[in-house]
Amino acid sequence: MMHISTWRRILIWLVCLAGLVFALPNLFYSRVETANDAREVIESGQSNAELEAAASLWPSFLPSGLVNLGLDLRGGAHLLAEVQVADVYAARMESLWPELRDTLAVERDTLGFVTREESADDELRVRISNPEAAARALELARGLSRPVTSLTGAGTSDIEVRADGAELILTLSEAERAATDDRTVRQALEIVRRRIDEVGTREPTIQRHGADRILIEVPGVGSAEEIKQIIGTTAQLTFQPVVSTASSAEENPGANNEILPSLDSPGVFYVLERSPVVTGEELVDAQPSFDQNGRPAVNFRFNPQGARAFGDYTAENIGSPFAIVLDDEVISAPVIQSHIPGGSGIITGDFSLEESTNLAVLLRAGALPAGLNFLEERTIGPELGADSIEAGKLAALVGSLAVVVLMIASYGIFGVFATIALSFNIVLIFAVLSLLGATLTLPGIAGIVLTVGMAVDANVLIYERIREELKTARGPARAIDLGYEKALSAILDGNVTTLITAIILFLVGSGPVRGFAVTLGLGILTSVFTAIFVTRLLIVIWFERRRPKTIEV
Amino acid sequence: MRLRIVPDNTNINFFAMARVTFGGSLVMLAASVVVFFVMGLNFGIDFKGGSTIRTESENPVDVGAYRTAIAPLELGDVIITEVFDPTFGDDRNVASVRIQTQGDAESISAETIAAVEAALVGIDPTITFPSVESVGPKVSGELIQSAIVAVLGSLVAILFYIWLRFEWQFAVGAIVALIHDVGLTIGLFSLLQIKFDLAIIAALLTIVGYSINDTVVVFDRVRENLRKFKTMPLVEVLNLSANETLSRTVMTSGTTLLALLALLVLGGDVIRGFVFAIFWGIIVGTYSSIYIAKNVVLMLGVKRDWTPKDPKAGTKFADIDA
Repeated sequence: MMHISTWRRILIWLVCLAGLVFALPNLFYSRVETANDAREVIESGQSNAELEAAASLWPSFLPSGLVNLGLDLRGGAHLLAEVQVADVYAARMESLWPELRDTLAVERDTLGFVTREESADDELRVRISNPEAAARALELARGLSRPVTSLTGAGTSDIEVRADGAELILTLSEAERAATDDRTVRQALEIVRRRIDEVGTREPTIQRHGADRILIEVPGVGSAEEIKQIIGTTAQLTFQPVVSTASSAEENPGANNEILPSLDSPGVFYVLERSPVVTGEELVDAQPSFDQNGRPAVNFRFNPQGARAFGDYTAENIGSPFAIVLDDEVISAPVIQSHIPGGSGIITGDFSLEESTNLAVLLRAGALPAGLNFLEERTIGPELGADSIEAGKLAALVGSLAVVVLMIASYGIFGVFATIALSFNIVLIFAVLSLLGATLTLPGIAGIVLTVGMAVDANVLIYERIREELKTARGPARAIDLGYEKALSAILDGNVTTLITAIILFLVGSGPVRGFAVTLGLGILTSVFTAIFVTRLLIVIWFERRRPKTIEV
Repeated sequence: MRLRIVPDNTNINFFAMARVTFGGSLVMLAASVVVFFVMGLNFGIDFKGGSTIRTESENPVDVGAYRTAIAPLELGDVIITEVFDPTFGDDRNVASVRIQTQGDAESISAETIAAVEAALVGIDPTITFPSVESVGPKVSGELIQSAIVAVLGSLVAILFYIWLRFEWQFAVGAIVALIHDVGLTIGLFSLLQIKFDLAIIAALLTIVGYSINDTVVVFDRVRENLRKFKTMPLVEVLNLSANETLSRTVMTSGTTLLALLALLVLGGDVIRGFVFAIFWGIIVGTYSSIYIAKNVVLMLGVKRDWTPKDPKAGTKFADIDA
């Protein structure tokens, strides 16, 4: 006979109650959000009356987890960037050249002159004038390599050297490349995060995506273009020796030199030595300040290594100009007046106060180790998102009402039970979404509406089965029992197959589609619970009170 | 008085017009394949790369004027479509401008987007751009790949699950029905040239999930009846099972379609294509579980002797009514 043990009844009601409590904050979305934001600030140590007032908008003993709104509902910018990991190989080769030159120069008597040859970006090619000594040069060059610092690459060295007649060819080893790639992406990720945080938007998502990609999602106002400008500015700062000035970019700069334009004066170009004396990587601090004439400038300080290189260079080259280069443009090319020890200096130029502040921020955040290539950009206006929420709410409401009317018209009191179960189903979906901190997207709302339609399926299966069992006339209680029992296998098979597709969607899909998979999958789980346990409990309670001789389903 | 969409005790012979229903479906499926190859799909930027700019203006959308304004930029194929929605008032006129990938660049440059926006503002100062989306060819290629993996993967997973739970003939029947549903949906999208993007793939998978659910419910009853009526011809068992579950099939499809109808009309234009695909898929999915899946099972035949070989182990299969 129909019987549900007391502890089981309590458990079912507890789950429903927990659902209500955890779904509750979403009814007061903006209020809870304000309170949560305020609490976060207070936790970080700040506090004032305004923050306390905002925090008290929502009582702290209640759960405060909210469903995250996806970009398509909240508006914001979505970017997928690919880190140009190969950029780093070129930079490594560039910095290897002076080192190699100095190493080989020690044995100039046997090796002869060392010249650098044109080569692909990811290799370094040098020629020695005494081809017979190639073996010795090879040996010296190999001495430059160091063991790879990674778990998988342990035991291998970072640089591979081979000889091709009188030429030495240096490349990074496979293991070193893999280690470098990983380091580059992690660095880029960190720098992107810092730059976006400096600007201070709320809750950005910055994640590594696959081997060499970074996914950036910034909710709220702002366009993908703005975000790109904030993170895309590489802020590569270098200090390079000036060879001469030039009047156009087309002139031949000569071997190992390059021509770069001036930032402020159009038509002025500088011929610079390609290998920098110091780079922005050796900066430890940069602050906006003013020069002796009261114009905006940027103060900077090097780490000890950079300070030594900078000090040595300025001591040896008093009277000659050197260039401060930012992102392949010469900011200024002052003449070195004196030896600059201590490693601090000032960048002056034609800056506005805002420009000098931005430059300082960019320098402090550090240079991106490699360029970013944007593969995907989406900007969704907040109004469009708000419209979508409104449309989704209205559609969900109207859809649910229509389903409820149809259910009650078809199954009478049993339709009412199914409706109550359906309400708990939606409540439970929101409760679980809030607990998981999952993201609700527009297709996600469609998933909920679809679940509403499909959630009644389990009840329909059961009710139709009860109707059939009633025909064999063994009393209503037995019919209800059999209805539940026999409908179960169909319910499980049907829902498992749908769950399989939801899981595959979740694994393969991204963004909004994944949001759909989440609500669909959750909806299936909660609907099986509400249809089987909640309606059954409701029917049993109703049956125990009324003890009907006959029932009509 | 209860509403009965399907009268009690129906006795419809679902195989009476097998030539029309099953044959007709085969013709429709073939037609879908032809339409797909002749007209192709109207791929969105997710799969083709390029940019979509959504415009909103107080003035009526003049597609011709938009086209003339953008033409001097020489961006190749530009698709401009006006977007309609019952919730838009007279002062909300929305259009979508789609630009193809320029050259072999990985992403559409900000300058190109800015130029298009400037050109449009030039002819209509009230115009705003609520959303701008760009996808590079590299990502779109990967998205196509993962979409195919998703659809095939779910088909294989379902095939395997049904095979485990039922006989292999049922699995084949279910898969044929699914191919029918997905095929007809793709055919319709090709015929009507509705934008086919990542969301439509999600819709296809939902259709797969829904249709299999429907088919499994019928199969579950077939399995039960096969055990109950050991000598009844297969065709009659199939018919009986379909009739017994018909009320449920129609009711569930009805409630789901009602909910989706609300979403289709009121849910906004952003997800209309997605909802339309699911709406259509549920109609063909319901049809296929009644008229396709069972026919395949009938053609392949099934094992009729469900008596367990070891009588001692058979208690759990005992019929409750017996």
